[in-house]
Formats: sequence, structure tokens, C-alpha cells
Amino acid sequence: MTADSNPALLDTEGAAATDDPAFAGPSARGPRARDTRAYLLYVAGKLGGAAVSLFAVLVTSFFLFRLIPGDPVKQMTGGKRVSAEQLDAMRKEFGLDQPVMTQFFDYCGKALTGDFGTSYQFHTPVMDKITDALPATLLLTGTAFVLYTLIGIWLGTRTAWRNGQLGDRVHTGLALTLYSVPSFWLGLLLIITFSVGVGPIPGLFPTGGLESGGETGVAYVIDVAHHMVLPVITLVAVGYAQTLLVMRSSLLDEMGSDYLTTARAKGLRDDLVRRRHAVPNAMLPTVTLMFVNLGTVVAGAILVETVFSWPGLGGLFYAALSVPDLPLVQGLFFVFSAAVILMNTLADVIYPLLDPRVGR
Amino acid sequence: MTTESAPTTPESAPQAAPQKSARALARARRRHSAARFWREFRTHRAGLFGLAALVVIALVAVFAPLLVGSDAQSVTDAPGKPMESPSGEFPLGTDQFGRDLLGLLVYGARMSLTVGLLAAVLSVTIGTLVGITAGHFKGWYSTVIMRVTDWFLVMPTLVLAIALAAVLSGSIWTIILAIGVTTWPTTARLVRAQTLAVESRPYIERAQALGGGHGHIMSRHVLPNVMPLVLAQTTLVISSAILTEATLAFLGLGDPTGVSWGGLLQDAREAGAVSAGDWWYLAPPGLAIAVVALAFTLCGRAVESVLNPRLGVSR
Repeated sequence: MTADSNPALLDTEGAAATDDPAFAGPSARGPRARDTRAYLLYVAGKLGGAAVSLFAVLVTSFFLFRLIPGDPVKQMTGGKRVSAEQLDAMRKEFGLDQPVMTQFFDYCGKALTGDFGTSYQFHTPVMDKITDALPATLLLTGTAFVLYTLIGIWLGTRTAWRNGQLGDRVHTGLALTLYSVPSFWLGLLLIITFSVGVGPIPGLFPTGGLESGGETGVAYVIDVAHHMVLPVITLVAVGYAQTLLVMRSSLLDEMGSDYLTTARAKGLRDDLVRRRHAVPNAMLPTVTLMFVNLGTVVAGAILVETVFSWPGLGGLFYAALSVPDLPLVQGLFFVFSAAVILMNTLADVIYPLLDPRVGR
Repeated sequence: MTTESAPTTPESAPQAAPQKSARALARARRRHSAARFWREFRTHRAGLFGLAALVVIALVAVFAPLLVGSDAQSVTDAPGKPMESPSGEFPLGTDQFGRDLLGLLVYGARMSLTVGLLAAVLSVTIGTLVGITAGHFKGWYSTVIMRVTDWFLVMPTLVLAIALAAVLSGSIWTIILAIGVTTWPTTARLVRAQTLAVESRPYIERAQALGGGHGHIMSRHVLPNVMPLVLAQTTLVISSAILTEATLAFLGLGDPTGVSWGGLLQDAREAGAVSAGDWWYLAPPGLAIAVVALAFTLCGRAVESVLNPRLGVSR
């Protein structure tokens, strides 16, 4: 990763050097090399921090879920009459007869190789369950992420540029209202209105799931897209407000700046001033938010997936928690947290490249 | 603040009649700034709307027994037939036990507001304590504390809250605990930044030179300066705490003995209201959650923009 970002760094440095006369001149090579070293140290620090966080998550995932009341072995048998010997045999099979610390070290060692054990309820490796459900989640939340980020940036720019006008107030008010709406409730209402059908509205969309089954080729793609409409609308509706508000306030911060007056004095059209000068500077906080959101793409849709019976990670987590299927819950918890940590670290690493004032 | 200015030195009291005592001055200053705050706040229409909505909902929650009777939650002597649509007798219809949904909705306000307020107070208190100490004490303490904060910050909040609520088994206090201990890091970061800003000012150095200890500086100089920020943050945290409470209740992790809006939605889903198209059962609880959360958000944003006009919140 560091090798890839090196040329990019030198590019930004080059641009800065041509823009700023203070950086130009014979001594420009020296500071540049020093900056690169400082940046690599910074990246190493962030990666080290991420590794510590990942380990902490691993520890939490192990000990937190041990506290769930209920005997997992009894849950597994599903209330059937089982002899004590059989229960002991099952405990042995899942390693539950070992002392907790032995289990913990065993767990850490295996987790390093991506092995989170065998699911109690499905009797398959946890990682297989997770990789099976991952594409469905990425498809749903990824689509929603792209849409709400684009809509948020677009509307945020527009509302800030027309600060205080009717359009601004309507859009900000609508976004805040949708932001306050519980996602699962909106999902249920959409199901009632457009799947079950209320009054004159017929059932336009399926009530849940990812596919109707039996379709192939183009028909399958259309079928999946048809199933995605309502959950994606739900996620976008409750999700775009945050991007809008961050984009709006950071653009408002920029709007009083002198360089915008200069750009206008040069005779640039309003549209160009906004697109070329104001928005790129105002994008930085939005980029941070984007990475934070990207980290939650993996975990972000527990409720929407539950409501729409979407066969993804969120629904899996909820199902696993109610058993409690310890290995699966631990594995999912680790994957969710790791995704967030990974994206935050990536944001930290990329940020100084976008804004040379940060991280030096 | 409530105690009168008793400890003013007796010999200075008579001659200081035209010149007010230090405490009286401080009180007057506080009153003055509160009045200025209110004048500013009043110009934010959205904030006023939020405040009005909150007052109405709080009154409804407090006087719930007078409004809908004290036996609205009782399953055994429910007044109506199960799943009746809205009518003159039951304006919002009845649930699967024949209870009046309007009554349940009114009682749900109690749970939502209680959990929202207490969880936010817990979260903001932890955040403020951590933030001030991390900003005040330099060195390894600050490093370790901020490392822990960062680590909490990257944990997916909802996942952690769900896990905690599942681990701790449902009661109103475990819900409050689960929300409180998962949402404090944002406040801690904000407060720490403000603490660092305050502590770089000369009057802190003066206080140290006069012999002020850590406790004195943190409680008498830093805390009053971060309090406005904390207030705005509290309102915003309440709003998200209410949403989280509804979410947990909807997932069946709520307090099984009390009525809550999220719990009503779960009941509705389990009673088959979705497939039956009974929108009148589902719509009101969610709407109530949204209105309360929105009201707190609007208030919080208005308070924020009074304290920091550069944010550009529209009026």
C-alpha cells in the first residue's frame, strides 16, 4: 500500500511546489525527501494503531459474547431430549470443555489464519457462512452507499450555494426529517405501501428476499434489481442526510474565503467558481465521512436486512445472536469492526495526500 | 449556585452595598448571558418548533395516566377486540390483545424520553470526564485514554449496543447502559479539543501560579467553558439515543415489561400487520419516534448555531 501511494505523494508535492514560490528553488529536493520519510513514519504509526485496534476487537469479540446467558450446547439441541453424555460430547466437539484461557489462545491463533470455528446452528465453518452472505450485503449497501454519497454531495453543494433560500430550507428540513426516521420503520411502511399494497396502489415490489428463484441470465439481473428497489430506497433515504449536512457546512465555511472573491474578480462564472474552486476545498470533511460510511457498509444494514429478509451479513448477525451461535457472532463482530478500522486507517493514510496541511 | 452569598466577609458587606459582591456579580452575569442566549435562540424558528414539540410531548408523557387512564397497558382487561381498525372509540385502533393503541402510544413516550435522556446524560458525562482529563493531563495518561477512545470510536456502535443489550438481558437500565457506554467517544473528542483550547489561555497559567490544583482548574475554569458545547452535544445525543432505543426494542432486546415505540413496532410485525396491510398499526409509533428525534435534533442544531454562528444553520 505504501509503495503505491509514494508516486501520488510526489505528485501532490510537485503541484504544491509549482503553486507556492516558497517551495520552489534549488532546495526543493531536500524538504521533499524529508516529507516523504515523515509521511512513511506517519503511515507506519497509523498501521500500528490499526493493528492494536484489531487485536482489541479480537479480545472483545471473544469475552463479550461469553457473557450471553444460556447454554449454547442446550440451545443447539433445540429442546430435544439429550443425555448428559451426549451434551458432554458436544461440548468436547466445540472445545467448550477447555478452560477459558485455553479457548482464548486457541481462538486467537485460529483467527490469525481466518478460522473462526464452526457455527453451532449451521455446522459449517463461520468464514464460509460469512463469505456466502457477503456478496448480498455488498450489493445492497454498496449500491445504497454510492447513491446516498452522490445525492448528499450534490444536494449539499446546491443548498450551501443557495444558503437561506427556500430551496435550501426545504432540502435541509427534509434531510433532517428523514435522518430522524427509524430505517426499519420506513422499510416496513414501504413494504406495506408498495409490496402489500394500500388502497388503489397495487403490490409493485416483492416483500423481501434477493430473488424469486428460477430466473437466469438477464431475467435474473432484472429480478434481483427488482428486489433491491425498496431496501435501497430505505437506506438512501435515511443515509443521505449526513453527507448533505457535512458537505453543506464545510462549503459554507469556504464561502466567505478571499480566494473565491479573487476567482469571481477574475470574471469566472458562478458555476465555475463553485465547481473548480469552492467544492474541491470543501470536499475534505466529506471524504472523511465517506470512508467512515464505507467502513459501515459491511455492518450498516442489520435492520434493513432483517426487515426485508435480505440474505446478507446483517440478517445473519441477528439470527446468530438470538441462538446464541457464539462462533458466528464473534466472527461477524470481528468482520464488522475490522471493516470500520480498515476504512478509517485508509482515510488517515490518504488524507495527507489530499490536504498537505494534515499529518505533518 | 442555589446557595445565597452567605460567605461574603462581614466587614466588606456594608460598604460594598453599591459595589455588588463577587457572587452577585457572577449571578448577574450568568442571568445576562442566559437572556442573551434566549434572545439568539428565539430567532431560530426550527429550534423553537423543536422546543415546542418537546414541551408538548414531555407534558403528555408526564400526564399519561390522566390522559388515557392508568390501565392502558393491561393485557387482561383490554377494552376492545383484537386488531380493530381506527374508529370513534379507538382513534388509532387496537393491538392483538385488544388494547387501545392511542393509550400505548402515550405510555410509549415515557420509555422513549426516559431512556433517551438518561442514556444521553450517561454518555455525555462519561465523554466530558474523559475529554477534560485527557485534555488536562499530558503524557502517557492522555495517550492511553485517547487510544481507548479511538478504539471505541471505530467500533460499530449499533453492533456493540446490540451485543451489549443481548449480553445484559433486557431491562430499561441495561438499555440505558448499552447506549451510554457505546456513544461517549464523540463527546470525549469534542470536549478534549475544547479543553486544549481553553488551557492554552493565559488565565489558566495565572490560576496555576496562584496555586490552583488540577481539580480546581478542571472544575472551576475548564468545565464552565466546555459546558455550552456539552449542552448542545447532549441534545444531539438524546436524539440518536432515542433512535437506538427504538432499534433495540424492535429487535426484541428492549424492556419486556414496559411499552415502548420500538416495542410496539415489533409487536405489530409479529402480529402480521405488515402482510395484512394494517398501516394504522405501524404508522403512529414510527412517526412518534421520528418527531421526538427530529425535535431534539432541531433544538441541538439551534443551540449549536447560537454558540457558534459560523456553522450557518438556517433559521
